[in-house]
Amino acid sequence: MNTAHPPFDPLVFGPDAQIMKGVDGLNWRLADYEARGGYRALKKIFAEKIAPDALIAEVKKSALRGRGGAGFPTGLKWSFMPRQFPGQKYVVCNSDEGEPGTFKDRDILRYNPHVVIEGMVIGAYAMGATVGYNYIHGEIWDVYERFEEALAEARAAGYLGDRILGGDFSFQLHAHHGYGAYICGEETALLESIEGKKGQPRFKPPFPASFGLYGKPTTVNNTETFAAVPWIVLNGGAAYLDLGRPNNGGTKIFSMSGDVARPGNYEVRLGTPFAALLEMAGGMRGGRRIKAVIPGGSSMPVLPGEVMMKTDMDYDSIAKAGSMLGSGAVIVMDETRCMVRCLERLSYFYFEESCGQCTPCREGTGWLYRMVHRIETGRGRTEDLDTLVSVSDNIAGRTICALGDAAAIPVKSFIQHFREEFAHHIEHKRCMVGERGAARDKAAA
Amino acid sequence: MISAQGIARIDAAIAKYPAQERQSAVMTALAVAQEEHGHLSTEVMDFVAGYLGMPPVAVYEVASFYGMYDLEKTGRYKLCVCTNLPCALSGAVEAAEHLKRTLGVEFNGTTPDGRFTLKEGECFGACGDAPVMLINNKRMASFMSPEAIDRLLAELK
Ligand SMILES: Cc1cc2nc3c(=O)[nH]c(=O)nc-3n(C[C@H](O)[C@H](O)[C@H](O)COP(=O)(O)O)c2cc1C
Ligand code: FES
Repeated sequence: MNTAHPPFDPLVFGPDAQIMKGVDGLNWRLADYEARGGYRALKKIFAEKIAPDALIAEVKKSALRGRGGAGFPTGLKWSFMPRQFPGQKYVVCNSDEGEPGTFKDRDILRYNPHVVIEGMVIGAYAMGATVGYNYIHGEIWDVYERFEEALAEARAAGYLGDRILGGDFSFQLHAHHGYGAYICGEETALLESIEGKKGQPRFKPPFPASFGLYGKPTTVNNTETFAAVPWIVLNGGAAYLDLGRPNNGGTKIFSMSGDVARPGNYEVRLGTPFAALLEMAGGMRGGRRIKAVIPGGSSMPVLPGEVMMKTDMDYDSIAKAGSMLGSGAVIVMDETRCMVRCLERLSYFYFEESCGQCTPCREGTGWLYRMVHRIETGRGRTEDLDTLVSVSDNIAGRTICALGDAAAIPVKSFIQHFREEFAHHIEHKRCMVGERGAARDKAAA
Repeated sequence: MISAQGIARIDAAIAKYPAQERQSAVMTALAVAQEEHGHLSTEVMDFVAGYLGMPPVAVYEVASFYGMYDLEKTGRYKLCVCTNLPCALSGAVEAAEHLKRTLGVEFNGTTPDGRFTLKEGECFGACGDAPVMLINNKRMASFMSPEAIDRLLAELK
């Protein structure tokens, strides 16, 4: 079952869901959220006068790691914000979800927007920020509108705005609507974009915690990261850590796409075996065999299916297996898929979305795409494979932001694990996997 | 150049940002302008620049950087279909081919009657609903099988 048509059984997200617990697609309003225990964490902070530093310590203890892609420890990031800063500080939520395969923030925002608002208010209080923005991906206009509605509800109820819950803390939160640029998911490009400019990443350092939005100290976190915070405050960092594994606290929403029977979002404890996650998604579509998996969004290395079947879904296990958990977007490919063609589409994406600022990325992504395209269309040369790897090596690490690395990683990992398919394409000018899946997809549908 | 309601929406955006940062509202202002005019002509971008106190070239830069702004005229309905890998694994290529065949246009083409413009999109963050299509930047259509596409096209007059 999918979450496209509410109401749905809240169990679609899985029995261990915390962020999406009890969420059925229709119960997104403030009253529903309160009935599920919403805003209790915020009330607890003010009733028990929990100090900002104690909150940050609790988040550190939880081992919550950023859900946007890099997996940076959230508590540590929060502690980088200057304590005694005379001017404005900002918190920013990154809902510019555009990493191919990732569609979890959309479900969080449309079906449980208040959990993000509550998490942001708590974060703002912990870091001493009084203004915040939620940057929402351009293509999901209805989600942006709903978030605006949720903001209005929270303001009217005193959870947001001046003197929250009658106390001394004030926090103004606004939604900012993107307009179609993958690069704005990169946090400094996102800040440029809020400033009304082209979304081109900034040189770092300085990092946003010292020079962020409008040059002021700023912390950017992913939607799902903020959404995890109220639970941590209510139940404690240790309990959150216990949901997952050491150094990998909590639950994580995995967006399952590709050749699985039931694509969708599944929220599981970190450390859940991939095989169990695949089963939640109904197993392989049409009962076909698994060939390859990109476990963390298109920018992360692809792994052979057999490797994934033995891997657990947490940051450290996936890293040990040779990839990264990234944004938690799991793209599954079955035995009928041509790896050259899959890579060609990804390479086209990075070529399209390079912001053009750094030469290695602007030029290199074009070279990569054209070379993979050449191989796919039967015009490849034997030396192309080594050239692809060397061009990739010359992009990675030589650009202002990680988009260059993101373009290089798929190329290198696809060739590493499926070199014989590329070689076959070059030698025989056609695919090794006879059928391209179209006819079989139809049969399965 | 922009209706009173449109100006009200731009003003609401301006109010979200610090008083001296009117430029932060440029994305909303251009979106409103495009909704009212169908595409962003130089005149309308110049108006936005004047309204926000920005150099016109800074507005042009923003308009050409973000993929959902149209600097050229489009058909009454701009149909953008995501063909990125996760969607392609769930029928997006077939959806795109069906659209091209039915409309008789390639990507970036407009039907002779001016009704449809077809575009290729990158990940909308909705891959679980693949194939997905975005209509005039605002309406997301999910599970676009050839039959669902035919129904949708019939509905868009
Ligand atoms: C090219 C590129 C695209 C990115 N896209 C996203 C995105 O869509 N959403 C997101 O939260 N982070 C994205 N990131 C990561 C952000 O820069 C940043 O690390 C993240 O928002 C921090 O939040 P977290 O610590 O809670 O994960 C992207 C990074 C790069 C280099
Ligand atoms: S790949 Fe099409 S919406 Fe994500």
